[in-house]
Amino acid sequence: MQGQDEKKSTLRTLPGDDVRQIMWRFAERFDLQMLVQSARGVARGPVARLVAEGERNTHEWTAKKAALLTAFDEAGITAIFMAPEDGGYIEGPKNMALALAAFELSWVDGGAATGSLAGNLALSPIHECGTNEQRHRYMKAACPSQSGESRRARRGAFALTEPIPFVGVDTGVLSGKVRVAEWQDGREPILQVDKRGRFITNMGFADFVTAAVDTDDPRIKSSCMIILEEDDPGVYDRGVPTKKMVHQLSSTNDPVFSLKVPASRIIGGYTIKDGVIVPNLNHGEIIEVVFGHTRVTVGLMTGAKLLSAVEPLIRYHRGRFRGGETAGPGSPRYEFGLQQKEDVLHRLVDVWAAGEASASLGFTAARLFDDLDPLAKAKKQFFAEQNIAGGRAQMRALLKIQKDAVELIEIERQPENDRDRKRHAELKNDTLVRFVMLDTLANVLCPAAKLWNTGHGTNMMREAVSLMGGYGITEDCPGFLGQKWMDAQLEATYEGPESVQRRQLSVTMTNDLFLAQFKQWIRELRAIASRRPGTGACALATAMRLWLWTLERMQTTRDAEGAKLYQSARHGVTFPLADALCWLLAARLFILDVLELEEKGPSNPTVAEGLPGLLAFYMDLCHVQAARAASEVARICAELVFGYMRRPASNETGLDDCYADDDLEEANAADNADRQRPKADPFARFEGLEAFVRLRVLLDGRMSGARLAKDSAANALTRVMIPEALDYPA
Amino acid sequence: MSVQYQIFVCGGIVPDPLQTLDPVTAPAGPALKNEMMLPAVLDPFAWHALFEAARLARSSPGSKIYLVSLAPKAKLQQVMMSVAQKAVFDLVVIDGPASGFTDSNAVAAALSEAIQSVPGLDMNRLLVFGGWESASRGSGTTLQAVGEILGITDQFQGVDDLRIESDGSFRILERIDGGKHQVSTCAGAPAVLGWATGNLPEPPNNPQIGMTNMRGIMPALQKARPAKLNAQDLSYTSVTLPKQQRETRVVDKLSAEEIAREIAEWIKKS
Repeated sequence: MQGQDEKKSTLRTLPGDDVRQIMWRFAERFDLQMLVQSARGVARGPVARLVAEGERNTHEWTAKKAALLTAFDEAGITAIFMAPEDGGYIEGPKNMALALAAFELSWVDGGAATGSLAGNLALSPIHECGTNEQRHRYMKAACPSQSGESRRARRGAFALTEPIPFVGVDTGVLSGKVRVAEWQDGREPILQVDKRGRFITNMGFADFVTAAVDTDDPRIKSSCMIILEEDDPGVYDRGVPTKKMVHQLSSTNDPVFSLKVPASRIIGGYTIKDGVIVPNLNHGEIIEVVFGHTRVTVGLMTGAKLLSAVEPLIRYHRGRFRGGETAGPGSPRYEFGLQQKEDVLHRLVDVWAAGEASASLGFTAARLFDDLDPLAKAKKQFFAEQNIAGGRAQMRALLKIQKDAVELIEIERQPENDRDRKRHAELKNDTLVRFVMLDTLANVLCPAAKLWNTGHGTNMMREAVSLMGGYGITEDCPGFLGQKWMDAQLEATYEGPESVQRRQLSVTMTNDLFLAQFKQWIRELRAIASRRPGTGACALATAMRLWLWTLERMQTTRDAEGAKLYQSARHGVTFPLADALCWLLAARLFILDVLELEEKGPSNPTVAEGLPGLLAFYMDLCHVQAARAASEVARICAELVFGYMRRPASNETGLDDCYADDDLEEANAADNADRQRPKADPFARFEGLEAFVRLRVLLDGRMSGARLAKDSAANALTRVMIPEALDYPA
Repeated sequence: MSVQYQIFVCGGIVPDPLQTLDPVTAPAGPALKNEMMLPAVLDPFAWHALFEAARLARSSPGSKIYLVSLAPKAKLQQVMMSVAQKAVFDLVVIDGPASGFTDSNAVAAALSEAIQSVPGLDMNRLLVFGGWESASRGSGTTLQAVGEILGITDQFQGVDDLRIESDGSFRILERIDGGKHQVSTCAGAPAVLGWATGNLPEPPNNPQIGMTNMRGIMPALQKARPAKLNAQDLSYTSVTLPKQQRETRVVDKLSAEEIAREIAEWIKKS
């Protein structure tokens, strides 16, 4: 239990790097810590100056914007994606590194982050799926030159999206085509590629493009992704800049390509079978791999915006009346300004809590992908060794491993002494079991981070802007909050809009292995709740049970018309449940990050000094966020459970099927005295209602203390020490 | 053939200049409120000295830079995540308070002892760099005392430029009043140079340089010796921040000319 003295402590300063390093688990990664400083230097230096100078007010790709690319190169941001053998400096998987860089850049401007990430997106198909020759050539060429080298780094763009009515991310339909232009005996085929792009980032300066195209020739078996270079014969038209109202520091154009390229540019290579070119990977397979990684980073971009709003808002609120004649130094109006008003404080607590939760969700997902990448390679090797080829065969093999993983979870539920130790050790050390467990989580956390962080993040950015008053929607607003609000809306859309993420979640969240892990989390949260009741873990655990109960009910029952409830096309059921799950995941991961801080903080002298106050504040924030998540889940579940049953009629027969509250009946009777008969306000009854109601009652009761926590966090905001000025211009 | 200098840059850490600095009285004497929790940076004056040292090292191949820092090592580690990306150097750490309330003589003794303990120290190649002031409390005496203890009599303060002449001698520009510089020459090492701002922009961060430096930085932090700062006789009678002067009036009925006249009179009065 938290001691009395600790409870009295309060937040003394804004959390610094040392705190973040512990919470987001990179305290031992000096390469990442340096990357953070490096990216921050660019963000709060050249990027912030461009925004402050109004460079966002043009759609064109200007020399000033182009100078950012040099800044990225010099600061090592461009090279994050590269392996050391290609000129990079970070060993191993790069998901967390990219996430941190994007977070830092988005703290100031999302467009700058997008610009830096888009080059990686262009390289991703080559990096993940390319042949060795393609990987070696393009990764090396895209790496900034080292000292003594005179070459210019080549930059890429990723071209998937096309003019409507064709492709977005979620469809296999492509209007871009590839056909055989020349194919001489014994020579490599030359392909004709025709593609129009839309909203293609980096297109204002890209030297090469990785483009998705469909086959338009019986001599090419399937769609593919293909590399186009500026020097290829034909048309390489960058097109007009997109007139976007957001992310203006990145270059976005609608290009047109009509080029002849050798077949060796097909990403992943090809084989020739019976006179037909068979791409080894179709465009859908490549896109799946690529976007599996990159969406998490986008989610973190919006989370950074929320956290970046905290300091300028506190400063604005405190100083709101200073300089006027009516508020002298020492007076509450002078010292606290708008912080005298509870509403201002409470809303800022909500913004801060949402920012923390989204960062926790995003960074957990990024780390998970870092863990998953080597396991995915091991899985690939295993399939090759076992000669398990083809999607279906591999799926069958994975299903068997998934059962093993569920068994492992079941074994771990048992007390240690009762476990089959041999089997436990066997499963625990099985690389493929570990792979399926993490893969199942990644398939949920990735779309959840993209969906919730950007969607709810945008809503909360609106809240942040409103807390700045009229100042919030000016270009002069400290922290560029107005621009960030608009940028967040784009982040909710690109790389797969919200509906795409909800669709993916509606499938992956029903996976047995995911649900087994989800149940395990409920048990863990209950244990946390008994140790740390102030975190809101108890309410969250109950909300998770409610969600699970509702999911099972939706999967097993039908609506009043007899139609199946949980099915792919029934977005009214599946999408709200996906949304509800995201709230739960974010709140849970925030609690886990705070507990990590509680455990590791004392061993770091710079963190330890203010740790009791910091923890007290963070636990209050967790409580606020957990209660908010639980409320959302309760609302969604109630709507789904009751909303698809017909409202009983208010006649005698109908009342037999209703719960009629006595008091309500009396009230209705009084209100309707002039009517022919009293009318109860009915609601449907169903088998299992008691269990649902019990969970709802428990959940409501477990909100105890949430508002007190909000008061406490709000109070901390009035006392926390902040810097004299923002560390980037406005 | 150019001299391979041993350049020791003395530099502590200070709270980030944007932070609110609020003096308080702690059990050990004056301190800044929440100082351990505030983000810190390398003292800006030492920062310039480090850039100048990097330039000199580049132009005199074989030269080596040592950054000697007296600071709480946990705090210094965070600062190194940025500083280590700027130039290649070896770190020499003395674990102790970075506060502006330490005695400059005691700090100088600790720094000079750390310099003398570096294996292979060669007085004929030794240059001691640092800031002529400090952002924490600019007594401006630490570097001079380091030089005295090391027996270096060629000392220059407020340096903005150092040029190595063809005969190996130094041509040094030191700041004097009126925005002018005094030009001095000296035969060569050893010398102490307290830098003002120099002429160099801040180099961009380079994580690759940082990763190279980190191989030595972490061991240096781990084996840092605690500082022995003997300053029993030192006491502070009072500590205050420089007062901000703010004379603000809200006016809504004055013409622009009247406002301009009033501002001009105020300036003349100041």
